[in-house]
Amino acid sequence: MFDNLLGSFWPYTIDGLVLGAIYGLVALGYTMVYGVLRLINFAHSEIFMIGTMASAFVVMSMGLTHPLTGFALVGGLLLMILVGGFASAGSAMLLERIAYRPLRKRGASRLAALISAIGASLFLQELFALVIIPHAFNRPEQGRNQMGVARIMDKDVLFSIGGADVRVDQLLIFVAAIGMMVLLDQVVNRTKIGRGIRATSQDPQTAMLMGVDIDKIVRVTFLIGGLMAGVAGALFVLQFEVTKFSIGFLLGIKAFTAAVLGGIGNLRGALLGGLFLGLIENYGAAVFGSGWKDVIAFSVLVLVLMFRPTGILGESLQQARA
Amino acid sequence: MIRIASLGRVLAIAAAASLALTACGGGTESDGGGDSAAPTTLKIGFMGDLSGENSGIVIPPRNGAQLAVEQYNAKNPKVKVEMIPYDSRADATVAVGLAQQAIKKDKVVAMVGPAFSGESKQVGPVLEEAKIPSISASATNVDLANQGWKFWHRVVPNDGVQGPAIADFIVGAAAAKNVVVVDDKSEYGKGLGDAVRGQLKTKGATVSDDALDPNATDYSSTVTKISATKPDAIFFGGYYAAAGKLLKQLRDKGVTAKFFSADGSLDKGLIEGAGAAQAEGALIGCPCRISTATETDENVKKFAADYKTKFGADPLIYATEGYDAMTAFLKAIESGATTAEAINDAVGKSDFDGVSKHVKFDPNGEPSAKSIYMYEVKGGEIGLLGDTTTAKLS
Repeated sequence: MFDNLLGSFWPYTIDGLVLGAIYGLVALGYTMVYGVLRLINFAHSEIFMIGTMASAFVVMSMGLTHPLTGFALVGGLLLMILVGGFASAGSAMLLERIAYRPLRKRGASRLAALISAIGASLFLQELFALVIIPHAFNRPEQGRNQMGVARIMDKDVLFSIGGADVRVDQLLIFVAAIGMMVLLDQVVNRTKIGRGIRATSQDPQTAMLMGVDIDKIVRVTFLIGGLMAGVAGALFVLQFEVTKFSIGFLLGIKAFTAAVLGGIGNLRGALLGGLFLGLIENYGAAVFGSGWKDVIAFSVLVLVLMFRPTGILGESLQQARA
Repeated sequence: MIRIASLGRVLAIAAAASLALTACGGGTESDGGGDSAAPTTLKIGFMGDLSGENSGIVIPPRNGAQLAVEQYNAKNPKVKVEMIPYDSRADATVAVGLAQQAIKKDKVVAMVGPAFSGESKQVGPVLEEAKIPSISASATNVDLANQGWKFWHRVVPNDGVQGPAIADFIVGAAAAKNVVVVDDKSEYGKGLGDAVRGQLKTKGATVSDDALDPNATDYSSTVTKISATKPDAIFFGGYYAAAGKLLKQLRDKGVTAKFFSADGSLDKGLIEGAGAAQAEGALIGCPCRISTATETDENVKKFAADYKTKFGADPLIYATEGYDAMTAFLKAIESGATTAEAINDAVGKSDFDGVSKHVKFDPNGEPSAKSIYMYEVKGGEIGLLGDTTTAKLS
């Protein structure tokens, strides 16, 4: 039963870490918004989808027939990541402005905001399926079909660990994702705006009395979360080269799970939870077959929460808490 | 393919509905209404998912059927035929309602469809009771033929034929001994996967298996598992979206084993999802006969040309089958049958060379010709390799 896992331990580990890094990036958005607003932003999966769409659009506009190399490749990748990141960041801020702020200003309950989030999520999916994909991507009547994205970089094997090949795109995704998270961690812990975010998440009332502009903090939180999701979307397109209007659904659930697993509201927990979930999924699939992947992953989630109800790192790690 | 199977059923219903119409003496100029008054126009229905998510595999047979009707009417026959489309959106409840409408209000004498197996199962008894003959161009569920229906037919072999035929090809022409069979856990994918697994084992091949979630994107665990068994061939039972993602990730991981799939994956979406380079050489079995760029059969070539002139697109999956299903009814009407029951009798005796195959029905409504075709991706296009029993790999 465990032969398969032991025989291919490194390939499962590497794939798990790469996917886990993407989960972690998306999980940041859930965890930051929860930290500041105590709101589960269910439309965050669509913010991720917008990131994949924007970067897919960039690749499509390049009209590639062959993968890029050299400086063209570096430029292409940067453009993809920047456009993906900013499209998602912009959408996330717009989402906050339209779907959440009016409710917050009127003192609506958190349940109302949750419904608003679900509504926004459906709205964005249908917007892409019915309007944007058929028109902007010139795929009439195929709004709900999967879209293939041209290959932007050759997927050469860089080196091997224990018989498992590590491809250049996998390494790039992992390094970029971890880099983004380290950067964010530093921003939250060392800058003035970061202090504002931490203060708001600990006690919004007191933070306001201390002169923190809550509206601004909320805007920045959505911007950062959106940016991370957009970068994750670009990296996702780089690895899998497909997207569709509902691509965020499953990944969003996984990322949310990663956030809860690591301790929701906890930045470092999001990363840890993402990597942990990616690995568990793959190990579970190795032992029980890929059909059982999600069953294993969520059983582990339940087990972890039984013994550590606030997640692996806990909710109260004040330093890293956003 | 289950859904496709349903389509065929729709077609059958439409046909049946048409028959009913004639039976009621619904000819526009015969106001006498007696059995003796010969109708001048008969209505034949076409039922299937014409606007939903899976309409991509229903619109080609609809077009095929329509082409058959137009060519027939152009010959100025004594009894003209009008085709009435019924959009079931693959919903069995909707399909049953539409069948009632076809029988009672539109008075169809025959039905091409329903397209999918699910709706076929529900609509079958309705048409049976009204004695309306039906021919499905795409319903492939095995059970449909075991209901004892006298008015039901289909022009595609069922899933029980497709799986073993592909398995025979995998161990025969492709000479694979170590095969991994992956399915998408759907009714269609699992059923087909199991049929392939069973036949492979009978033929002495080593079979390992795995399953994946068609909605997921990351199949790395499946790929790693496949890679570890070092197979000669891989069979995937499922639809093209997942097949494309799986194939790409396999090739990116350096797995070069031959990749097989079945009718659910016979779509350009497979090549788009996998990327042309990764999809190269993928082999796809199908009970359908599609004309491809390298077509050599004159009959199919002519059909493809006519189809393209009329609809401005190449005939895709089940277009030839839709044409043949309708042709079976038209030939029955041409031979003088004007009532649903007479048409059913004539259809049961069908024996002609259609575009997709030689059309002849077994007593239970199954097609006598049970050919499964193998298609290969070459240079970013899907090309016909030939009948699975005779095709050779290059």
